[in-house]
Amino acid sequence: MRFLSTFRRRRAARPLLLAFALFVMGLLYTAAAPAPQVSADTGTSAQVAAGKGLFQVSCASCHGLNGEGSSAGPTLVGVGAAAADFQVSTGRMPMAQPGAQAPRKVNTYTAEEITALASYVASLGPGPAIPSAAQYAPGNLTAEQIARGGELFRTNCSACHNFEGAGGALPGGKYAPPLKGLSGQTIFEAMRTGPQQMPVFGAGAIPDQDAATIVAYLDQLHAQPSAGFTLGGLGPVTEGLFGWIIGIGGLCLIAIWIASRGARAR
Amino acid sequence: MAKPTQITPDAPVLDTRRPPGKEVGVRQFSGIGAWLDDRVGLGKIAKGGLRKVFPDHWSFLLGEIALYSFLVLLITGVFLTIWFKPSMAEIEYSGSYQLMKGLPMSEAFASALALSFDVRGGLLVRQIHHWAAILFIAAMTAHMLRIFFTGAFRKPRELNWLIGVALMSLSLIAGFSGYSLPDDLLSGTGLRFVDGLVRSIPLIGTWAEFFVFQGEFPGSALIARLYMVHILLIPGILLALIGAHMTMVVYHKHTQFPGPGRTEKNVVGYPLFPVYMAKAGGFFFVVFGVLILMGATMQINPVWNFGPYNPSQVTAGSQPDWYMGWVEGAIRIMPNLETHLFGTTWSWNIFLPGVGLMGLLFTALGVYPFVEAWVTGDKTEHHLLDRPRNAPTRTALGVAGMTCYAMFWLAGGNDLLATQFKVSLNAVTYVMRVAVFVAPVLAFIITKRICLSLQRADRERLLHGSESGIIERSAVGGYAEPHAPLSHDEAWTLSQHAQHEPVEASESVDANGIPVPGGVSARRAQWSQRFFRDDIRKPTRAELEAAQEHGDHAASDAADEVKALGH
Amino acid sequence: MSHDTTHDALVPVGDHPVSDPGIEPHVPRYTDADVAAGNNAYRRILGLLALVPVLAIVNAVVYFAVPRTASFNVIGTNFNASVLFLGLTGGLAVLLIGIAMVAWARDIMTDQEIAEERHPAGSSDEVRAAALDKINAGIAESGVGRRKLILAALGGGMGALAIPAVVLLADMGPWPLGDERRRTIEKTIWTEGVRLVNDVNKLPLKASDIELGQLVNGEPATLFDIHDGADFQVQRAKAAIIVVRMDPASIKIPASRQEWQVNGILAYSKICTHVGCPISLWEQQTHHLLCPCHQSTFDLGNSGLVVFGPAARALPQLPITVDAEGYLVARGDFTVPVGPSYFERDSSKDFKEGDQ
Repeated sequence: MRFLSTFRRRRAARPLLLAFALFVMGLLYTAAAPAPQVSADTGTSAQVAAGKGLFQVSCASCHGLNGEGSSAGPTLVGVGAAAADFQVSTGRMPMAQPGAQAPRKVNTYTAEEITALASYVASLGPGPAIPSAAQYAPGNLTAEQIARGGELFRTNCSACHNFEGAGGALPGGKYAPPLKGLSGQTIFEAMRTGPQQMPVFGAGAIPDQDAATIVAYLDQLHAQPSAGFTLGGLGPVTEGLFGWIIGIGGLCLIAIWIASRGARAR
Repeated sequence: MAKPTQITPDAPVLDTRRPPGKEVGVRQFSGIGAWLDDRVGLGKIAKGGLRKVFPDHWSFLLGEIALYSFLVLLITGVFLTIWFKPSMAEIEYSGSYQLMKGLPMSEAFASALALSFDVRGGLLVRQIHHWAAILFIAAMTAHMLRIFFTGAFRKPRELNWLIGVALMSLSLIAGFSGYSLPDDLLSGTGLRFVDGLVRSIPLIGTWAEFFVFQGEFPGSALIARLYMVHILLIPGILLALIGAHMTMVVYHKHTQFPGPGRTEKNVVGYPLFPVYMAKAGGFFFVVFGVLILMGATMQINPVWNFGPYNPSQVTAGSQPDWYMGWVEGAIRIMPNLETHLFGTTWSWNIFLPGVGLMGLLFTALGVYPFVEAWVTGDKTEHHLLDRPRNAPTRTALGVAGMTCYAMFWLAGGNDLLATQFKVSLNAVTYVMRVAVFVAPVLAFIITKRICLSLQRADRERLLHGSESGIIERSAVGGYAEPHAPLSHDEAWTLSQHAQHEPVEASESVDANGIPVPGGVSARRAQWSQRFFRDDIRKPTRAELEAAQEHGDHAASDAADEVKALGH
Repeated sequence: MSHDTTHDALVPVGDHPVSDPGIEPHVPRYTDADVAAGNNAYRRILGLLALVPVLAIVNAVVYFAVPRTASFNVIGTNFNASVLFLGLTGGLAVLLIGIAMVAWARDIMTDQEIAEERHPAGSSDEVRAAALDKINAGIAESGVGRRKLILAALGGGMGALAIPAVVLLADMGPWPLGDERRRTIEKTIWTEGVRLVNDVNKLPLKASDIELGQLVNGEPATLFDIHDGADFQVQRAKAAIIVVRMDPASIKIPASRQEWQVNGILAYSKICTHVGCPISLWEQQTHHLLCPCHQSTFDLGNSGLVVFGPAARALPQLPITVDAEGYLVARGDFTVPVGPSYFERDSSKDFKEGDQ
């Protein structure tokens, strides 16, 4: 006890005490500070482990035990978390049966399971990360920017997906799926990862802001009122079909009424 | 066919005790009636035409649908011209449709957007106009098919048929030029196709392309030129041809289906004034009303979704309007045939399905009445219509033609077939390449067989009466179905058609090889044979009487049997 | 062909085994026989017509009261309210007039069928003779009999008028002779050193930013310097390109085109060689490019050769390289004209299967 009372009269006491206090504060802060944000790319090791477990159950039979690919499925090294998130959340993967194209179906995984799978796939090799809402829906786009998004859509997307995203045909039984009701995240991920036959639309040519305008354009396009039943949004073919069936068909029925004889007296 | 009324002779007549109404009428020409009569002889027109007789059948109203759709097109078209600007000048959009704000576009497209979003009722009228165009051509097609299958194109109506073919081909151009006016992405892609089609025509292609577009595609003249064609040139010609078409219908009087009291020498029906004025006038309002309701409830040609025309943009599922679909299909399934001769390129892959096929269709349609007259040797006037079954070869040819058209038409939507029915696009194309040749042949054979069966059924019905559906057991145990004799009206209707004979070969060229007038070549006789030889002959008077006797005999035999058994 | 002008011309060949029963006897219509039914029909028609002015007024109210942007959501469809209600009221009003008129004809107007005699379409022999007399009198009085050349000369003169009529159309467009073709359809604005930029946002393309499997819809940077709207569209219709990046090991690059690509980044014309539609449907894995118009398919991994469909010649490839800063630039214009073939140019020398 005598050490402390003699120590505190030394000239070095104050600076030493300050240093000690700082050291203690540092220790306290380290203990109390929140854990750093887990980005989908790196993921906590727990997530990656859970993802690996799910992967080996549902995906490894086609994509290989370590995602290296096989004759039944391509390699997943470098596809990134975004690709895994896209494929699983839209229900395309796991594929129910082999075919020309993986169709969209009901997704049976929970959000946590998808995140785990995505972080495992991301750990296989660097690739596009799952986009944040700030990327695909920044919320501050002007009407002119959204209109320009429409121009980008018609230049890059409508050739496969049709002018209002109703989908289109590709060779050999494949198809570009319809875009109605898709979230901005799904569309963004598809553009960046180029699933199956869809090409990649990278940030080098279409930066995040431009991609966001495309998403916003589609949202507003699908929300606007239509001047009647849209007849599928497939263009003149269905218009002609309905013109014949309802127009000519209906008028023929009325013509039959006009030319028919009414009820007779006996 | 006029169905004879079935009357139960002993049913009581409804007791009528309606007091006679006061007779309403016009006693003499006075006021405006007299004024007009003094100047244009209104009385003569009224006397000659007011009580003209028109027969009644629903299929006679198909041509009216076309006529009234055309009138609706004129009315709605005038409305649209008040706001539409046929100019390809580039401007920056500043109207109320937010999804195009600030985009560069032609004035034509901007005015189409203005009509759709800034003019109240403008979008409705745009849609009515386009539905009316769809219905116009569809009704003309249905009307043409009715005329074909009932043989209404025969003498003296061949000229009217030719006018009809001309109306049909002009209306295709009118429709195409019309929906290209808004200069949107979909119709602009169609114009790009026309540019390539015209350029690839052998010998004159680049000249025709440069003359139509005033240089390279798209240029700045096209929309204005199409506007002139769409609102002036073609409507003018159409109105003139429609006038001629209707005048001839009035002069020749309308054809009628066979039936009791209806012969080649009369026309039975209702008078123009008042019945037909009400029915036809009413039908105009019905067609107009239906078109307005279609424009209100079914979206068509949403140009704001297509966007302004940009030659580096395109949409999946690019098709023209339905009536050009068959040309589109032909272009899609044609193999890539191109030949090169002395430094030139002959693009058969575009020329044959494009120009060639359209020329083939309209030529075939135009010459058909004359070819059929040559084959059948039929020189008489015809005012009674054929039931399609009574002209089996003609009906089968018509169905084969329709089938070939339908195959091309389906091929025009091969990408939609692929996505909607989940089949391979390439497979659809390969199948269609074969189908356009095979399906019509199959259709011909099947249709002819069906017509012949129907003819046989008619013959059986005439000879033996209609099946009563009652099975009778005779006293000795046999089962038989008695046949009810046909009414006189029905028997007449079933047997009224002409029994055509093939033309006999005769001296067609004399000893020096000079054609003899009125001669029939062996080849013509052969074709005539093929046209008629399978037709089932209708029963002769003798056969009918024999059948009746046989029936009487059978009845009396059965009666005898019963008597013999002592019942 | 002999001409038969009597009524017998209307009689078909062959006898009728059954005699004509004549027009069926008229059975009174229900609305004529039953007074109540007749009055009901009358009231029905009046009722239909009474609705018409009501609908017309509602239509006018809708026109002013419903805003242009209002929407009406029913049975799962978001309708434009103005179009829907203007159309329903207007259409119904017009339709009811029509139905009322037809109902009047069917239920109230006399339904007695009458017969009218037909006459042969052609004129009788007497009329023909009289017409011939008049025609011949006119011909005789015209003097053509003695002075035969007059008619032919008139016809020739009128025919000659066709020449100015046709010639006046010769300025409908520029004449596509050799020089004009070379100036227009045989060249584009691509020249050496012009940068490839992304369409719409005009971003220049750095070779290192293009990922494997990426598709870029591009234009020449100089396109956006054109301010005349018509010329802009014309040049864009020829200069549009697509840039794709494929793994060089998985594609065939002929010897003559080794210098036209940058590490598997290739640039092709976007304009189909069939009839000119722009093509963007690229399959990342098969490298096939499908045109949506008529389904011509080109293999971009094999110098743009046609693998399916009606196109007859390969897609032109733009030779590219990188500039000092790593951006993609053109080496020069396309070596063949872009777009559809035409008569004056022999396209058999274009790139074919097996060329090096």
